Amino acid sequence: MDSTAARKPRRGSSKRAGTKAAKAAPSGEPELVQLLTPEGERVEHPDYSIDLSSEELRGLYRDMVLTRRFDAEATTLQRQGELGLWASLLGQEAAQIGSGRATRDDDYVFPTYREHGVAWCRGVDPTNLLGMFRGVNHGGWDPNENNFHLYTIVIGSQALHATGYAMGVAKDGVDSAVIAYFGDGASSQGDVAEAFTFSAVYNAPVVFFCQNNQWAISEPTDRQTRVPLYQRAQGYGFPGVRVDGNDVLAVLAVTKAALDRARAGEGPTLVEAFTYRMGAHTTSDDPTRYRRDEERELWEAKDPILRLRTLMEREGHADEAFFTALEAESDALAKRVRDVVRSMPDPDHMAIFENIYADGHALVDEERAQFAAYQASFAEESR
Amino acid sequence: MSVEKLSIAKAINASLRTALENDPKVLIMGEDVGKLGGVFRVTDGLQKDFGEDRVIDTPLAESGIVGTAIGLALRGYRPVVEIQFDGFVFPAYDQIVTQLAKMHARSLGKVKLPVVIRIPYGGAIGAVEHHSESPEALFAHVAGLKVISPSNASDAYWMLQQAIQSDDPVIYFEPKRRYHDKSEVDTEAIPGPLHTARVAREGTDLTLAAYGPMVKTCLEAAAAAAEEGKSLEVLDLRSMSPIDFDSIQASVERTRRLVVVHEAPVFYGSGAEIAARITERCFYHLEAPVLRVGGYHAPYPPSRLEDEYLPGLDRVLDAVDRALAY
Repeated sequence: MDSTAARKPRRGSSKRAGTKAAKAAPSGEPELVQLLTPEGERVEHPDYSIDLSSEELRGLYRDMVLTRRFDAEATTLQRQGELGLWASLLGQEAAQIGSGRATRDDDYVFPTYREHGVAWCRGVDPTNLLGMFRGVNHGGWDPNENNFHLYTIVIGSQALHATGYAMGVAKDGVDSAVIAYFGDGASSQGDVAEAFTFSAVYNAPVVFFCQNNQWAISEPTDRQTRVPLYQRAQGYGFPGVRVDGNDVLAVLAVTKAALDRARAGEGPTLVEAFTYRMGAHTTSDDPTRYRRDEERELWEAKDPILRLRTLMEREGHADEAFFTALEAESDALAKRVRDVVRSMPDPDHMAIFENIYADGHALVDEERAQFAAYQASFAEESR
Repeated sequence: MSVEKLSIAKAINASLRTALENDPKVLIMGEDVGKLGGVFRVTDGLQKDFGEDRVIDTPLAESGIVGTAIGLALRGYRPVVEIQFDGFVFPAYDQIVTQLAKMHARSLGKVKLPVVIRIPYGGAIGAVEHHSESPEALFAHVAGLKVISPSNASDAYWMLQQAIQSDDPVIYFEPKRRYHDKSEVDTEAIPGPLHTARVAREGTDLTLAAYGPMVKTCLEAAAAAAEEGKSLEVLDLRSMSPIDFDSIQASVERTRRLVVVHEAPVFYGSGAEIAARITERCFYHLEAPVLRVGGYHAPYPPSRLEDEYLPGLDRVLDAVDRALAY
């Protein structure tokens, strides 16, 4: 990692995020950065371009297909009572795979609780994500192993952690970047606003990646904002850009540009990935109470996986054998996830008292001993 | 020379300076902590000597201060955060309770958050609203946090050193009305364990247990009682989470009576916890119920009324008389 030249701004090196994104499309809606249309046509954008090999395209496609299959399996496992809850990412595969694949190994990711696709890109084993939804832990992976922080449930809090982490990266004089995920609902949180302020005044190398999936449980985005979300960045003094969140190529290009901008010492960027939550908020939610089927159908036509497949088939980036093999790989992944979850043991009851403090605490020791004695009393009785 | 007579404020300043010198990962963060040196001048001169990168003036947003401190700790730094006044901590309460306290457990021990949050607390300085509160119980109630408060300059220096070295988040409550009280600090001493109580005055008839600003009040009460022939022991608890119940128990087994004193409201206060546990531990030793002296279940009053609201010498002695009357 080159650490010495890293933090100097490279003026003019990037046209980059947001400079032209604010111009309005004919409909009055702000323009989306798009490189692959819903029909699977490649289109050009004045500020962003991408040139991927067939192998890279197949890689992105595989990521999205496997993520969707994993996600569907988790929903099924919840329905079968193996998980207490699941937050599906259905429909957001391109936003997550495109942005996740834009990160470097030394970058650091701060997710919400729905970033299963980003976790996949970071190399977190998908089965590790399921412990918290099964109720055996609150987070089953080591954040430092893949630079992928634990899922954050209270929405928006992690935007500040990402900003602080990025401030530390800048102090260390390295050119890593940090990316914070959150949604349209969390954009209303004070912590997100404070993260924007802190990152701007300290010029922290962080990208705010907002997946605007149109719904915060039952509340549409117009309950959160009167302006397109990406435009909020302007008030804080850094660029914002809206990208077609169902276009994996555009998401990859835009996120990579924003991360590079952070690396170059040019500060934060807000990326709004315009996408759609195809499923319920979680398995406990019932979207039929608040949204129309027609809306979903509209977004089905913009499916992120289908449009990439159309492109790949038309341009010959993959043959039938690839798609067949991927289907088999998906099924194998689903089976592995199912097997692992079903055999996931409940934690030992003494785990209640573990890892509360790094340096110990007298009350925890006392209560642990009391609890152990209480539990042991049953063993004695049953003798 | 390693032994110096310092005020509590100067001792904290010296302790922060030592920490900044000893560990390049230590950072000071807060509102006005830089050029101004903090509204109480506790961080005076530190930015000048250690630079703006290590003594950081922050935007005026407490959740942001604590939230970014968590991020810096995740990156390997050891932030020491200043909250300007007790009543200003609540915008950060979510980050402290939901994130800072729980992340070590949530990560199954993989993540450590060595963050110290310094909060000047307590009343008797004639301040406007939100500048005189004692919210320590609200933090002690939360697993994952440690809560301490020094009563003198030596403890102010050493307890802060130990808090900064701890891998756990520590809330460090500074008795702001005692900032200018001076006592000797030996900066080369070997300090005792952080979460232990200290016998501040020995006695035989009753134990007064207090921490932070109320230790001095209790020592004055013990001196006054001595003139009337009553021998009061004064325990400086120093730590509200964990509480050194063994030391309180040992004292109460000798004196058989306990009065707990704090500025915070009595209702659900640390005195309630101490009373319950000591009653359980010392039931057959006690000659009187454990009594509590503290604030009322009322918002902290306008400063013209604070002398009536806060436990003073007379209210402590009144409780002592009631306990001795059993």
